[in-house]
Amino acid sequence: MTAIKKIWENVSGLWSLIVGLRITGKNFMDKQITLHYPRETVSKSQLEGFRGPLELVGKPKDPGSPKCIACMMCVSACPSNCLTVVKAKAPVLTEEELQAMKDAEARGEKVTKPKAPKEPIKFIYDFTLCSLCGSCVENCAVNSLRYSSNVYLASTDRNDFKMDLLARLATQAQAKTPPTEPENSTRED
Amino acid sequence: MSQIPVELVKLLIALVAIAAFVGLNGLVLVYLERKVAGHIQRRPGPFEVGPHGLLQPLADAVKLIGKQLFTPKNADGFLFWLAPIISFLPALLLFVPIPFGPVATGMEMNLGLLLILAFSGLNVLALCLAGWGSNNKYGVLGAARAVAQSVAYEIPLLLAVLAIAFQTGSLNLSEIVQGQGGWPWQWNAMVQPLAFIIYFVSALGETNRAPFDLPEAESELTAGFHTEYSGMGFGLFFLAEYANMIVVCSVAVALFLGGWHGPFFDGSWWFLAKVYVLLLIMIWLRWTFPRVRFDQLLNINWKWLMPLALLNLLITAFVTKLS
Repeated sequence: MTAIKKIWENVSGLWSLIVGLRITGKNFMDKQITLHYPRETVSKSQLEGFRGPLELVGKPKDPGSPKCIACMMCVSACPSNCLTVVKAKAPVLTEEELQAMKDAEARGEKVTKPKAPKEPIKFIYDFTLCSLCGSCVENCAVNSLRYSSNVYLASTDRNDFKMDLLARLATQAQAKTPPTEPENSTRED
Repeated sequence: MSQIPVELVKLLIALVAIAAFVGLNGLVLVYLERKVAGHIQRRPGPFEVGPHGLLQPLADAVKLIGKQLFTPKNADGFLFWLAPIISFLPALLLFVPIPFGPVATGMEMNLGLLLILAFSGLNVLALCLAGWGSNNKYGVLGAARAVAQSVAYEIPLLLAVLAIAFQTGSLNLSEIVQGQGGWPWQWNAMVQPLAFIIYFVSALGETNRAPFDLPEAESELTAGFHTEYSGMGFGLFFLAEYANMIVVCSVAVALFLGGWHGPFFDGSWWFLAKVYVLLLIMIWLRWTFPRVRFDQLLNINWKWLMPLALLNLLITAFVTKLS
């Protein structure tokens, strides 16, 4: 019984070879999906699903500043430590302000110290380390990270790949004014 | 002038023509291989040198010829450089008895098939010497694999060929071709489909073509027996592989697919067309199937091809005896 089973396994394996040939044959007949690069450039639809270096997503009302709340989820999710996020610190109070707060407390008023704003002051992304795994994008609590569709990335200096994403977002927002449709180089998720 | 026999002159001309044919075919097949690979992977393949990359193989050849010939330290220099020559020269000889057309045969001989089978065995020796002479462990491993594989696959190949020899009662390739007709149902492949399949699979194994390219498996053995070869040393192995591919396909066409017979009219073009169809199938197979493991390779041979070939041969012998 097992011998028959084994023989049958091999025969059905033989059939799978023919299936494989049919697949490659079909691909052979199909249209090419690559471009002759310097003569043709990639269109937007061809970049569907492309994973370029990360970029920040701006707030809908203020595209120059990111949606990011500096929760550090991306940093802890990143397996290759390519993200450096520094959270904004609480504003330093002047002597008079401190005094005013103390006076108010003495008067029995409820005083709340100013908290640190929930935003990053530094967002450095080292593309030389990034493996584009997307853990940061998946883990972002406010959808502030996405892949750019920057295909033509080239440089002779590795420091060029240490990107300041905040600065990048600011220039992108500037370039976008007056605000219209999303820019070509970015993609809405 | 009268001392020189006509047969010798004819043979010389044939050899020169064969050398030209092999060289030219090498270029064409390199181009074809890369183009087919490209299209299967839905990219253009070579495209930049010449229109549609037509001059790419020529550029490759110039590069190969221009490279330095380097002998590794402590290698056996004599064996090392003898190997590519042994690999390439018999490949030329193998073309001599192949009937490309009614007249276009290098030399008519009664034992043409035997000559091809005998001299194709020399390739194993070449690979063995190359691996051994390189002073490189990858090379030795590749050579060992080449020997195990070629020795194994030669047997079902011989048995498949023998079935045809039994059936037609001849080892002369021209006679075997003459025994077949132009239409596909008059071919030997129709009478002996099993022998044809066994022959083709064994031929893939014999010529070290993927999925049976284990002697030079680059992912496991860097490049196997030709790890240490540079320039035309590698080039000759390469050319020999393509020449061997044409030989096995030519023999397959002569034995199984009616040779230069074709529907309506006969001619060499039919032969070449059939050979190229088979070559295309070989290339197609290469870019479809992953490389088998070595034990799988030997299992396919000893557990499947050999028993089937033996069975086929027995049935053939029985039927020919009866009729």
